[in-house]
Amino acid sequence: MNEKKCLCKLAIKDGKTTLYIKGSLTIHNITTCKNEIGSYNDIAVINLQDVEAIDSAGALFIKTLSTNDTTFLISKDEISQTLNLVRVDFKDDISFIDKKTFLEKIGIWANKKYIFLTQILNFIGILFIKKISLFFNLRNFRYKEILYEINQSGIKAMGIVALTSFLVGAVVAYQSAMQLKLYGANIFIVDMLGISILRELAPMITAIVIAGRSGSSYTAEIGAMKITEELDAMRTMGFDPYFYLVIPRIIALIISLPILIFVADISGIFGGMLVSNSELDISFTLFMDRFVEVVDIKHFTIGEIKGPFFAFLITTISIYRGFMVKDDTQSIGKNTTKSVVESIFAVIMCDALFSVIFTNLGL
Amino acid sequence: MKKVITVKDLKTIYGDKVVHDGLNLSINEGEIYGLLGPSGCGKTTLLRKMVMLEEVGSGHIDILGYNIGNISQKDSQKLRENWGVLFQFGALFSSLTLAQNVARPLVEYTNLSKDMIDEIVKFKLHIVGLKQSDANLFPSQISGGMKKKAALARALAMDPKLLFLDEPTSGLDPISAREFDKLILKLRELFNLTIVMVSHDMKSIKDTLDRFAIIDNKKIIYEGSLEGITKIKSDFVDKFFKEENE
Repeated sequence: MNEKKCLCKLAIKDGKTTLYIKGSLTIHNITTCKNEIGSYNDIAVINLQDVEAIDSAGALFIKTLSTNDTTFLISKDEISQTLNLVRVDFKDDISFIDKKTFLEKIGIWANKKYIFLTQILNFIGILFIKKISLFFNLRNFRYKEILYEINQSGIKAMGIVALTSFLVGAVVAYQSAMQLKLYGANIFIVDMLGISILRELAPMITAIVIAGRSGSSYTAEIGAMKITEELDAMRTMGFDPYFYLVIPRIIALIISLPILIFVADISGIFGGMLVSNSELDISFTLFMDRFVEVVDIKHFTIGEIKGPFFAFLITTISIYRGFMVKDDTQSIGKNTTKSVVESIFAVIMCDALFSVIFTNLGL
Repeated sequence: MKKVITVKDLKTIYGDKVVHDGLNLSINEGEIYGLLGPSGCGKTTLLRKMVMLEEVGSGHIDILGYNIGNISQKDSQKLRENWGVLFQFGALFSSLTLAQNVARPLVEYTNLSKDMIDEIVKFKLHIVGLKQSDANLFPSQISGGMKKKAALARALAMDPKLLFLDEPTSGLDPISAREFDKLILKLRELFNLTIVMVSHDMKSIKDTLDRFAIIDNKKIIYEGSLEGITKIKSDFVDKFFKEENE
């Protein structure tokens, strides 16, 4: 760029400090100009007669140099106009950098968490009130939406859930086959796989896959609807978003998650069966005979019982996150991330809780 | 004249920021009423309070005889069937076609047959100036102006008495904007609607509004028709109305 230079000179004339500037004073050269001036006391006269051009940054620079008593020598009209433009008093002198002390930061953080907690309790509270009134008013039951959601988040997820569970079953079988072979306890692989997959692995894998797959889409869908004011439009038309969006999704997932867990059970065991056959020479018939003998039905039931609870947690958290989306597009991404992380965490917490409860019950 | 909406001593505070400090206004039946003011003065907030999207808080808002600060679930549902709201960007349901969007309230709230609903939808699309061939398009496939028209058709689906418009002409080209003004006037005539709108469009304000309120500095500084405005001294009024006349 062909930058025009500016020349600054500070001199004392007739006992007055005079600043003489020549050339063009723009955003690109005010720093050089400032360095040229160096330190100064009150400048009494600023001579801008030889200045060719000035921009608003330059004008602001002049403003910082001058005091109320400074006299300006100006030849061009544009220059005085630009100077007048910046000569506004910024009424509230706000500094841009908001420095907070450590305690303040902790307070703000704690307050945020507290508000989050109250908000999600509020959300669950509203949900239960709506659910109760739903049973008195079956006209509001949205069968079509529920079936649609079952297809979306249940049927279409079967493939990925089955594949994941198959692989996990095979991996677990592989790892334990080595150890069991050492002791010649080959046949116990059936007990191990049966109990661990039916009770823990299948429900967890299903819930985690669904939290990532459906949970994130719920948050993004509802968040986008919030940004485009579709939710507000629904409210003003008297369509309660809870009835239309929330409850169908919750019911759909409560129905479809146990089904998916069942699919995961089958494919997980199948994966284990294949590996047992190749690594430990346990035939399919032998595997099945032993399976029927040692794996109690209660393990399957416990795994299935967890399904609806996981489904409820995943949907409430992800839909709540959808409602929390603010009026900017970034917050969709932020809330989707949070929704997946929080729902997976909640599922694992809930699973741990179940383990404690079932162990204490002696199941 | 019958009053459709009255707002009394309305106060709005967000955190420690006071948005409204004692608003009073009343809107008569059959008039087109504007809410004006500089940006950030809380026009849209006031509108959102009127349509029960936000809590009333301190003060009273009466709409069609109901005090909406203290209203039962049933009454509020009844009220919602009696008004239509047009959002700034239409807010059409993106998963439904235009025809389905307009039909939605009819399907939910009436026991009309499918044929009858189709007829009503066709008529509503026609009066807002949409072609019948547009009916099966999705909101993502149409222009902003068409979205607004379709959203207006949806707002009119239940033949409401009251229509709320949030910046109806913003984002439209000048020709579409004038058409929209005409449409609003025509609708008022056809259905004897009471229309409340937030607007920034000077031309639209002059052409359509019967009366308006100006909110500035947390209060209503003027309520009335365009004729009386010259007496008011305020920065906003000077800039907004007087420069226009120069």
